[in-house]
Amino acid sequence: MTELTMPATLAAEPLFGLPLSDLWFGLVFFIFGMFLFLDGFDFGVGALFALRDDADEREQLLSAIGPFWDGNEVWLVVFGGTLFAAFPAVYANLFSRYYLLMFAILGALIVRGLAPEMYEQRHDEAWQRWWGRAFVVGSLTAPFFLGMFTANWLLGATTIVTLPGVVVGLAVVALTVVDGVAFLRVKTRGDLRADLQTDGYRALGAYLGLIVLTLGYVYAGVPALRSSLFSVPVAALVLATLVLAVVYAVATKEDRYYVAFGAAAGLVFALVGIVAGLMYPAIDRAGGLTVETAIVSTLPLNLMSIGAAILLPLVFVYFGVLYSAFSGPIEAGESY
Amino acid sequence: MIDPVTGSRLQFALTTIVHIIFPVMSMGLAPFLIYFTWKDIRTGKAIYEQLRRFWTRIFAVSFVVGTVTGLVLEFEFGTNFAAFSTTAGELFGGPLALEGMMAFMLEATFLGIFVFGRERVGNVLYMISAVAVGLGTWLSAVWILIANSWMQTPRGYELATENGQTIVQLVDPVAAYANPRFPWMFVHMQNAAVESVALFMAGLGAYFVFRHYVWGYPVENVRFWETTLKFGLVALLITAPLQVIHGDLYAQHVFQTQPQKFAAMEAVWETDSYVPEYIVAFPTSLEDLLNPRAKNIFGIGIPGGASWLASHGDPQATIRGLEEFPGPQPPVAIVFWAFRIMVALGFWFILLAVWGGYRWWTGDLLEDDLLHKALMASTPLGILAVELGWIVTEVGRQPWVIQDVLRTSDGVSPGLTAAEATATLAGFAVVYLGLLVLYTYVIVRIIRAGPPDVDGASRQESPETPTSEAGTDD
Repeated sequence: MTELTMPATLAAEPLFGLPLSDLWFGLVFFIFGMFLFLDGFDFGVGALFALRDDADEREQLLSAIGPFWDGNEVWLVVFGGTLFAAFPAVYANLFSRYYLLMFAILGALIVRGLAPEMYEQRHDEAWQRWWGRAFVVGSLTAPFFLGMFTANWLLGATTIVTLPGVVVGLAVVALTVVDGVAFLRVKTRGDLRADLQTDGYRALGAYLGLIVLTLGYVYAGVPALRSSLFSVPVAALVLATLVLAVVYAVATKEDRYYVAFGAAAGLVFALVGIVAGLMYPAIDRAGGLTVETAIVSTLPLNLMSIGAAILLPLVFVYFGVLYSAFSGPIEAGESY
Repeated sequence: MIDPVTGSRLQFALTTIVHIIFPVMSMGLAPFLIYFTWKDIRTGKAIYEQLRRFWTRIFAVSFVVGTVTGLVLEFEFGTNFAAFSTTAGELFGGPLALEGMMAFMLEATFLGIFVFGRERVGNVLYMISAVAVGLGTWLSAVWILIANSWMQTPRGYELATENGQTIVQLVDPVAAYANPRFPWMFVHMQNAAVESVALFMAGLGAYFVFRHYVWGYPVENVRFWETTLKFGLVALLITAPLQVIHGDLYAQHVFQTQPQKFAAMEAVWETDSYVPEYIVAFPTSLEDLLNPRAKNIFGIGIPGGASWLASHGDPQATIRGLEEFPGPQPPVAIVFWAFRIMVALGFWFILLAVWGGYRWWTGDLLEDDLLHKALMASTPLGILAVELGWIVTEVGRQPWVIQDVLRTSDGVSPGLTAAEATATLAGFAVVYLGLLVLYTYVIVRIIRAGPPDVDGASRQESPETPTSEAGTDD
């Protein structure tokens, strides 16, 4: 095996002369966006679980995400993996700098991941009440801590608890509720579907308010990012957020469920895009690393690029198969 | 307060030891589930639907707990071993990313269909889902073991300086990733996983068979448990001898490539030839009990045995002793005993397999209550053997996190405080213990509920007809 050698060009220059470091910066955020969008509606469903006390409706909420959430959460694993593979120093800096916050995220995800599985294991009232609560708590705290992490990362915070961190954390929670409502209106029917409309509007209002606060803070409090705020991509994404919010509200009102779901997805990717746009060309402000200085050397970068170019399209095929197998509203009594 | 280095090492050990149980269950169950699904679709027999549905429930719970505990491990490289991650990220990050994209995605998406989709999708897609889930669990092990084997026998790298830090730079990916250790680790691990599940099945089946035929309690679905026992035995007959054979070859590979670990496994202090294979070994004074450098050992051993094993047949072969390796040593007692107990268990499993196979052949598999008791007692021992094997692998390579390149103590996050390390270690001790209790509780509940009733199930049949075509047609 060892006599085999790689083509020399793989070690010499990026594949086809592509700007691979920038592409990987984009890819890492895209994967983060996929996670926040897909697992976001799982989180939102968990938050909405708190607002429903009818046992049947609660079962419907769990059935709606049942086949999907495992796959959705894998995007977080892939986010961690790609950040590690492409920008190992950033991975190391961020995760060790926000040490306790990372474990808070993990704790929330453990609770959130276990709760639906445990909820279905027994059907007595006390058991389901406690695991129902665990599901709600995990679903609210996971996006909140993830929002804090994102804000700290962007602003280069050196402590864990910061005011913008808390505001962005709340914004991400609101966004997951918007996302969850959009998903559930595709997956459910009847009274439940109708009742969710108001929750969606409230969450959307809260999200927009919190985002305005955050952008105001960045403008007034972080001069280093002010010019990025008015760069074309970031300004366009802020504008897109407003447009998507209107689309979401109108589509929800007119019961165009898939349009509203698409708009919710757009809102998530717009947020992630704003964060990436504000951050670039830095990738770890507090650690003084830019995309160019933090990227791995050419050989592993080329290999990873080939791997991702083959595998990510395959992953979309898997998701296509999964989501089409379970398309449309859930049927009563679906389980294994 | 525990210092950050010790705290991080203990935390990683704790989270790994607990986490490994769940992938072992899913990797070991994967071939069974593929087979049960295939037979269910092809024959339509109730027994296969019961087997598929029952073991799918156990798989699903194992997968969920494996996911949440595994996520922690991935993050711990960044949180607790940031210096390692910065140093080795170029080589080590790629396999982790590819594990996620190639293996975990396949497993997690098709698990949705496999668990929830029997009524929703056709037979072909359902069968594809079973294979995809199984393939995903095994591919996951491929990437994790590629990463781990590189740490054991690093190849294909150069040291370079980047951003003022020494880093490991990938220069020859084929040498790095088609690592000499990988095939040994992969075969040994996957066979161990199937063997562990085989023991679990055989023990579980034996329990209900024992209750029914020996104690005389009426057990519902007794035919299901007989079949489970037989599947466990068949798999054990295949995996148990293989495990010991390639385990022996693997140990020779360790002797050639990680002599310090081999010396710890055999507790060889001074370089010597004609080294005995100790069955038992104790330091002769109490003071030496915790001293890894202790040289005065009382032991019962086979003369020349260790040399003979290491060299593939030469009792005169020289084994390098721990004294040849400067600096800290691995905790020899842990490695020595973990290795010995693992090997003893390996032989015990062969004995069990042969015993059970013989009783099956003579036709009194269901009556031999001593065999039932032995199988019941051995239900968790496969997983114990896996744990011990990993302890030999991971503790045995200390003080190195990357053999001869980076010490574990130099891989810990530089900014980590004792308070942080202590807090998360304590947190994980509580959470992971709770997870273990919860997992055991749920698995026991699933077992007590038994297989689901399906049309034409065996529960209506007379328990006096123990023979089944189901377990014997392969």
